[in-house]
Amino acid sequence: MKNLEMKKEFKVIADLLPNNTKVLDVGCGDGSLMYLLKKEKNVEVRGLELNQGNVQECIHKGLPVIQGNAETELHQFPDKSFDYVVLSQTLQAFYEPEKVLKNLLRIGKSVVISIPNFGYWKVRTKLLFFGKMPVTKTLPNTWYNTPNLHMCTIKDLFDFCDEKNINIKTAVGVNENKTSIIMKSNLEIKNLFYKIGIFLIG
Amino acid sequence: MPSLAGLFFWMNIKLENIKKLDVTKPLKLDCGKTIKDFPLAYETYGKLSENKDNAILVFHALTGDQFVTGTNPITNKEGWWVTAVGPGKAIDTNKYFVICANVIGGCMGSLGPRNINPDTKKPYGLDFPVITIKDMVRAQESLLEHLGIKKLLCATGGSMGGMQLLQFCSTFPDKAFSAIPIACSSSHSAQNIALNELARQAIMADPVWDNGKYVLKDVQPKNGLAVARMVGHISYLSEKGMQEKFGRKLQERADYEFSFNADFQVESYLRHQGYAFVERFDANSVLYITRAMDYFDLSKQFKGGLVEAFKNQKTKFLIISFSSDWLYTTKDNKDIVIALNASGADVSYSEIITDKGHDSFLLNEPQFLKTLKGFIDSMYEKFRNEKRI
Repeated sequence: MKNLEMKKEFKVIADLLPNNTKVLDVGCGDGSLMYLLKKEKNVEVRGLELNQGNVQECIHKGLPVIQGNAETELHQFPDKSFDYVVLSQTLQAFYEPEKVLKNLLRIGKSVVISIPNFGYWKVRTKLLFFGKMPVTKTLPNTWYNTPNLHMCTIKDLFDFCDEKNINIKTAVGVNENKTSIIMKSNLEIKNLFYKIGIFLIG
Repeated sequence: MPSLAGLFFWMNIKLENIKKLDVTKPLKLDCGKTIKDFPLAYETYGKLSENKDNAILVFHALTGDQFVTGTNPITNKEGWWVTAVGPGKAIDTNKYFVICANVIGGCMGSLGPRNINPDTKKPYGLDFPVITIKDMVRAQESLLEHLGIKKLLCATGGSMGGMQLLQFCSTFPDKAFSAIPIACSSSHSAQNIALNELARQAIMADPVWDNGKYVLKDVQPKNGLAVARMVGHISYLSEKGMQEKFGRKLQERADYEFSFNADFQVESYLRHQGYAFVERFDANSVLYITRAMDYFDLSKQFKGGLVEAFKNQKTKFLIISFSSDWLYTTKDNKDIVIALNASGADVSYSEIITDKGHDSFLLNEPQFLKTLKGFIDSMYEKFRNEKRI
């Protein structure tokens, strides 16, 4: 199920990006998204990835990847050196997400961020009715071993951009089989019913 | 050939029978002197494909030579990169055509301080011009011409081989489709220079060295050269690797001998490495080659620094470093990645986690070899597709 969601998420991200652009995928994993972007949109891709096994996987696929930590090593990329920088479901795992986000906006002309939505109704009910930290398909870890240090909701990220004067070009809610445009007018309802939020900002 | 009857006599005889290219084109060296009609010794492995799209150029390190794999016909020992190059290996010679040339300044058949100076009809010794990494690289251009290779599938090299490769890519931005600089640096640090100076001083302190004139007497400053090699060996291992390999283990004895013999295994190892080296390498060559490494500073050749050095790169790079390498550190290697990134080049980077230090690239380090193979094979596919179009 997680896989299906991921495929859907990557599809939405790919749809957001124009053809023939230059894209940096921060936390590119095994290169699935880079591969998709290259194949379908003729995008010039680069990846940044921490895990050595994943780095090897990308190299085997012929995808350019730099082994490194996005928290500390984004400084190596010059200002506006990419058309788009993509950060898929890792913003919440950084020690300083705000700092990382600022760096992404510096490197890319635009930035695509996706987040697991802590405002999704199943997550809310788990905490409300069982009084326990939610464990769902999108958030499979327990409180003591989760890499997620700064969980947020679609609404939180929306408000954050507002507060910091970051322009939201598009926001999309994503489930396995459904996507929907998020606007200020429908924010409350989308925040309740979508597992993943994807934001095109900058 | 010199009429030498001693230590190197047999070696010189053998060196007559290896592949050599007579480079007729004059080469103006960085020091201002010009060399011409000089020998460049090389070796190839595998078969060049009809389309000439499977050639891989390997640059060797300080004490390496052109005999990358198989058996070195001069020393009768295994080639220095037998772990990575050969049939079925990461750089598969069943599939790829591997080329390696002995650097000028070396002592395995290419022009070096042991060759005869045409002006004096005697071995050069210290009359040999001081050479640079750039000179070494430019001398090898003729070899590619000779072999009819316009564009290499890949060029690679570790340590000083990596430095030559960075220079090669900068000087010839479209001669290699891909490049893998391994465990190297774009310039020598103070510590790098200091260690090389230690090696040189060890040689020069040996009275046999005699200002490099030992070549006229066909002797070798064995003691100094062995110490120089020992210095090198310490820098190629990590502290942890050394501790794990030797610790305080004693060499074939139950207790201390209360003498200055090699009580400890680590001492015995260094002595063995040192004295094995003098059998195959020329002391003056160590001076010349370490000097070339010390002078290397790629950014110095360009006003805009290292970023400018990689401007208009078409080559696809993979930089590899080793976590426990303190000679050419992960930071040294990352600085190259940063410069390549800033110049907009296509660059990948991987840090291999290992305790084996700088030497890792010569050892059977599975993660390293897997990465190497994955990159080269994927580049081969891309290169062939590009050629087809």
